[in-house]
Amino acid sequence: MFDLETLIVALTVFVLAIFIGYEVITKVPPTLHTPLMSGSNAISGIVIVGALLVASKADGLISQILGAIAVGLAMINVVGGFMVTDRMLKMFKRSDGNNS
Amino acid sequence: MSTEALFDLNAAGIAYIVSAILFILGLKRLGSPATARNGNRLSALAMLLAVLATVISNDIASWEWILVGVIIGSGIGAYSARKVQMTSMPQLVAIFNGLGGATSAVVAAGELIRLIDLDELIPQDVSVTIMASVIVGGATLTGSLIAYGKLQGVVPTRPLLLPIRNVINIFLLLSMIASAAWFVIDPSISTFLAAAIIAVALGILIVIPIGGADMPVVIALLNSYSGIAGAATGFVLGNNILIIAGSLVGASGLILTRIMTKAMNRSLMNVMLGGFGVEDGATGTVGDDERPVTSILPEDAAMMLAYAQSVIFVPGYGLAVAQAQHQVRELADLLKLKGITVRYAIHPVAGRMPGHMNVLLAEANVPYDELKDLDEINGEFRSTDVAVVIGANDVTNPSARSDKSSPIYGMPILNVDEAQSVIMMKRSMSSGFAGVQNELFFLEKTQMLFGDAKNSVEKIVSEIKDL
Repeated sequence: MFDLETLIVALTVFVLAIFIGYEVITKVPPTLHTPLMSGSNAISGIVIVGALLVASKADGLISQILGAIAVGLAMINVVGGFMVTDRMLKMFKRSDGNNS
Repeated sequence: MSTEALFDLNAAGIAYIVSAILFILGLKRLGSPATARNGNRLSALAMLLAVLATVISNDIASWEWILVGVIIGSGIGAYSARKVQMTSMPQLVAIFNGLGGATSAVVAAGELIRLIDLDELIPQDVSVTIMASVIVGGATLTGSLIAYGKLQGVVPTRPLLLPIRNVINIFLLLSMIASAAWFVIDPSISTFLAAAIIAVALGILIVIPIGGADMPVVIALLNSYSGIAGAATGFVLGNNILIIAGSLVGASGLILTRIMTKAMNRSLMNVMLGGFGVEDGATGTVGDDERPVTSILPEDAAMMLAYAQSVIFVPGYGLAVAQAQHQVRELADLLKLKGITVRYAIHPVAGRMPGHMNVLLAEANVPYDELKDLDEINGEFRSTDVAVVIGANDVTNPSARSDKSSPIYGMPILNVDEAQSVIMMKRSMSSGFAGVQNELFFLEKTQMLFGDAKNSVEKIVSEIKDL
């Protein structure tokens, strides 16, 4: 699959992404922590990409079924996560009645 | 190594980079309620882009199964997002965390079966990441299900402590490491399954002993795990967008976990070891305190509030349980019409997950600029006429500041006791989750208003209208 050097590249991406995540997310105000959780939950549904990769390469029946299950589970996360976050964020209003 | 793999600047590669940028910008826009909704849409767009890039750049052998998965998954997701009540949001997030973990585990299993079918030697970096992904994913799945059960009240919320649980856990952990190591050396379905089954069992055993009051920490931590599991899957497949998005979520969960444990003055270790708190917030050993308290009726409370100049509401989860948020907002509106300053003091651990109380109040149309967090509001109690505590308990207990022997000593609290007078709405004299008596009840300035919060607030509203 991939060798040590690619593994190092992947690790670099991983570490840098954690730093960016830390910087960006510490700036989210406490009032938005629940939408942050459900929204980041939806983002963790990015495993849909992995699920699609596995499903697309599957040729045996078992791996096809596993692929479909993975796609289904990830879609619950993605669709449900983004929708419920939107539903919550829609409710946040300022005193003047606007939400901007 | 091939430079191809490193600089694979095909269309999909570029789409993944754009998608990563959009995820980061989306999270950045969550920095303010004004831009947050837009940010969430950017993240959704990033997801769509990543999915389309994957679908287009890969030859997909059979569409049927994938389509079935997409349709059923989207249907369930959309249905639950529409139907869930805001009070049950922690349960939904717990379930979604679990599904995220499950997806990672299933993807790892699928990739393993494919590699075994190919009959090639599986390199060790791949087998290591397959293990990481299935162990973290599997434990996240069952841990989240138990957390869901505790939040929903299906699993007892009190800490369940097996006498030799640490021995069992360490034994399981060692066997899991052994099977994982065996798998890495000689990948096979049986060692894979052994490690997966033990991970699933450990997920249950680790969350079971943790008390209901600590669930916010557990959900935040599991949130982080679901991201880490995703990143691990990215390592399995050698896919950067999975690694980036997964680590963003991992970082987010860890930050929230730290905020929660700090707000409870506990270490993560202390939470995970469990056993904190008396069952279901019921009376602990302190219930027989016979010191006198002053109790008032809704009419008296109405008078106090109507003639105040500034009022701070201190809502806790009890407010959400009583579904009183709409009545409280109505009361606040009435007071504001009288020219009274009204604010809400929100403790970081109020509610059942980080920021839960803010969502519940936003649902009742309380403007978010009236919601103040601990640091913003604590200096203001001194100059406030009436503090109204509704369904909050431990987070207002002054002994957290003064009594070194108290289990909650050192926990940052809302300085409600500094207000000129305090109205404490409660069902009974029972103690909070921590099982500690609240010294606030016995202060001279504190008036207890016993009864159902919704009922009491309704009565206060109609009294004030009649004034």
